[in-house]
Amino acid sequence: MEKDTPINELLQKPIVAINIGVQDFAEALQDQGVRVVNVTWSPPAGGDAEMLAILEKLL
Amino acid sequence: MTISIKEKIEAANAEAFNRINAAEPVLVDIVPAGDVVPGLEDRMVLHAGPPVDWKHMSGAQQGAVMAMAMFEGWADSHGQAGQLLDRGEIKLDSNHHHHAVGPMAGTITRSLPVYVVENRTFGNRAYCRLVEDRQQFGDYSQDAIAELYNWRDAWAPALALGVRHMEGLALKPIIAKALQMGDELHNRPNAASAIFAGAMAAPMIGAGVGKDDLTSTLNYMTGHDLLFLGLSMACAKSAADAACGIEYSTVVTAMARNGKEFGIQVSGLDGQWFTAPAPEVDGLYLPGYGEGDAGLDMGDSAITETVGWGGFILAGAPSILNLVGGTPEEALAYSREMREITVGLSPDYLIPALGFQGTAVGIDIRKVVQTGILPIIDTAMAHKDPGHPIIGAGLVRAPMECFHQALRSFAARYATE
Amino acid sequence: MLTESIVLPNRYLDSVFLMRVAKRLAGEPGIIQAAVVMATPKNLQVLADAGYAGVDTLGASVNDLVVSLQAETREGARAVLDSMDDWLQRDSGPVGATMVRTLDQALNAQPASNLAVVSVPGEFAAGEARSALESGLNVFLFSDNVSIEDELSLKEMAREKGLIVMGPDCGTSIIGGAGIGFANVVRRGPIGVIGASGTGIQEVTTLVHRWGSGISHAIGIGGRDLSDAIGGISALQAIDALEADPATSVIVLLSKPPGKKTRSLIDERIAQCSKPVVTCYLGILEAQPAGNGSATYTRNLDAAASAAVKLAGGDTGADGVETQETVSTDSASVDSVSIERALLMPGQRYIRGVFAGGTLCYQAQQIIRDAGLTVRSNEPLEKGMKLEDSRRSTGHALVDMGADEFTRGYPHPMVDSSQRAERIIAEANDRQVAVLLLDIILGYSASADPAGELAPAIRQAKRLAEQRGGHLTVAASICGSPGDPQGLETQTERLRDAGAIVFSTGLKAAQFATAVVSGRDA
Repeated sequence: MEKDTPINELLQKPIVAINIGVQDFAEALQDQGVRVVNVTWSPPAGGDAEMLAILEKLL
Repeated sequence: MTISIKEKIEAANAEAFNRINAAEPVLVDIVPAGDVVPGLEDRMVLHAGPPVDWKHMSGAQQGAVMAMAMFEGWADSHGQAGQLLDRGEIKLDSNHHHHAVGPMAGTITRSLPVYVVENRTFGNRAYCRLVEDRQQFGDYSQDAIAELYNWRDAWAPALALGVRHMEGLALKPIIAKALQMGDELHNRPNAASAIFAGAMAAPMIGAGVGKDDLTSTLNYMTGHDLLFLGLSMACAKSAADAACGIEYSTVVTAMARNGKEFGIQVSGLDGQWFTAPAPEVDGLYLPGYGEGDAGLDMGDSAITETVGWGGFILAGAPSILNLVGGTPEEALAYSREMREITVGLSPDYLIPALGFQGTAVGIDIRKVVQTGILPIIDTAMAHKDPGHPIIGAGLVRAPMECFHQALRSFAARYATE
Repeated sequence: MLTESIVLPNRYLDSVFLMRVAKRLAGEPGIIQAAVVMATPKNLQVLADAGYAGVDTLGASVNDLVVSLQAETREGARAVLDSMDDWLQRDSGPVGATMVRTLDQALNAQPASNLAVVSVPGEFAAGEARSALESGLNVFLFSDNVSIEDELSLKEMAREKGLIVMGPDCGTSIIGGAGIGFANVVRRGPIGVIGASGTGIQEVTTLVHRWGSGISHAIGIGGRDLSDAIGGISALQAIDALEADPATSVIVLLSKPPGKKTRSLIDERIAQCSKPVVTCYLGILEAQPAGNGSATYTRNLDAAASAAVKLAGGDTGADGVETQETVSTDSASVDSVSIERALLMPGQRYIRGVFAGGTLCYQAQQIIRDAGLTVRSNEPLEKGMKLEDSRRSTGHALVDMGADEFTRGYPHPMVDSSQRAERIIAEANDRQVAVLLLDIILGYSASADPAGELAPAIRQAKRLAEQRGGHLTVAASICGSPGDPQGLETQTERLRDAGAIVFSTGLKAAQFATAVVSGRDA
């Protein structure tokens, strides 16, 4: 077992997080003093079904 | 084996991207628009943005059109000009229908001299009028029109002599240098203006421009920070036009606003406009003006963003970071964001603040719709009513509705199998 | 209105910057308009035209800066002008937040990131998780509805990079003391937890805390990790990591029974582990030995927590009695069972559970089943025991209100109790119901007052039974620690005030419920 895999590092060092999705999770981490950047995520095409159907074909 | 539509689009967009990057813009002349701009008729005023009729035109653009009627001698006063326009005796058309662009109201008529920029790679030409801070914002006062006369009678002819004397001035090197000197070539073309003024001085002398006109022209050039915007717009237009009409391409070839509507054009849907109501500009005001005075977004100058300059490279223009809240990090965030919606990075136009990476080039309507990231444009602000000079500057995002419409039309035309 | 101006000689500042200063000055009380410009003849003319009186007589020249204010009072204007140097310092206004919309932007803003917490809708989750792995981030994948194929490819990719995917459908992890997702405030200590379910981890970590020990790390792996389709990729990585972790001396593994192939893989790995490993495969039918080498087998969460605390050198008392520094929440005495039984009417015989925590629901089914009763659920121990209609209980029935069918389009019951409150009333309307079994889960990201949200429904449910001349026993467990934001004591009090009998573990509540109905099932 190597000691220096990213998982092992994750357990030894403070968490530095990127939150993608539910903003509450970012706030909870912040409340615990964890460094976190929150990604304001929105679904592709803002969830517009017509646009998504077109993008499905074109992108 | 059939090529999928996605592959066709990727190939077409790569072609559009390459054509924009391959542009070699050269200033070849400065002559009255009537001599060179195709389809520009007598008693016709070309204007910025998608086509709009007199009745529906924004206040500032109406003011600028009336000023042009006075400039051309079709009317003695703005009132008289307004009557001619009311009666439909002056034709109106979009600059973009004539390979032309103009800042703010963007008005061009036959006797107004325009920069003639030739894209040497493809042989196409683009035209742009001078940039000033009164008439193009809708100011029809005598002072405002007097500057156009100076341009027509002294400055443009003197510059034209210089340009012809040196048999054209290559603009790509000036732009590349200016980008590394803190310009973004839209709201901040100061370095390019200075380089251009320097480049023109000796040729004008060499061409034998008379002392009075020479002095006047040099004073005009050296005192005019936004001088080069007219040229950067013409360069951008000459590059974007070369990328028009590529079947299957989803790359944006024009973004233009008339103070009422924001319009875009797309390479694979040549000639069509996709429009939405022009957005409000989030801006800073000059003395004497404030919130409530501003008209909606206006001008063809977003052609600079169309090829990856202006708002796309705010990070490279430290002195106008205040438009975005003040910190380099924020400006960098905008520039990085634009990479998400473009085909690739320019190999030639490099930004020191981005680690000398290239500008983001080739707005892809698919990516805009998918990511929800809208092109960011920096711009000047005109008054909502006719008769005022520049009132401020700010930032604006292109409206999503234009991109939805374009994508819908694109799918209707190409995604039929 | 009056105009006050000053000239700052030989001061050049960019016009856009000056416009921004002007905008801020105009926001000062008593200032009507402000102009800050370089004193070019043109600018001075513009000011004069705009009604800034007297600017043309200031004697300012091209290289000077002019500040001109239209103000209500001279004093107000002077106060601002006197501090002009401060105003012209670098913009101190609030920096407009640039929205971070993509992982790339976030990484640029915070290059030291080592973990992505992903909770976007399932159809997009795998894509975001993949990008995060590609960027070298470990992933906490809260999202559910991720396909098993995506899960496998994500975990294989992670393993190759030495990263871990916690999830999908991972509710809880605690890494280095930081709770991710739904997590409780627990002491740091020697016990490392690996869990296929969020509430399982929450129950065990809070029990470890209450029993005086602490948690090194708790690593969620997602509900399907130990299925043969995935083969325990994350579980095995977690065992490796906790074995290598100097802060961990005992490892706990919580899951439903693993797939057959995976079970032997895991058992082999545990046998080789240099640290003791406590397993709890909830719902397992076959008998297990008490231990085998470094392995200790337990059958429920309380036993797992208790065994771990003992292995770590702690003392949980005879059977998991709380140590002095923790709060006691158990309110049931030996007599309580008989008191409750005496109040029930003939015909009241069923347990109805309305759960927020899936694992607590699952464990309670195991308790009831092991007592020889038939219990149904929307998330049953065995397929044959599935409720025909999840929205209508029959017989002994425990409903996991956090299951997909209830949360599609609605908030999870750990966040919002309204669906649970409705279900409680629905159960109370059934005259055969004897015991209502509930769980309350505290911690980060959970509802700020779950007990308060359920209390009115509990009261009304009891009243409904009483109006029929009977009684309703309400047994509720609280999963939480004294440090949780909701307050363990307050929540306990709220439940008691509403008439619930409160237990410190889900196991005890389920055992109590079973005891109350035992022998009534006929």
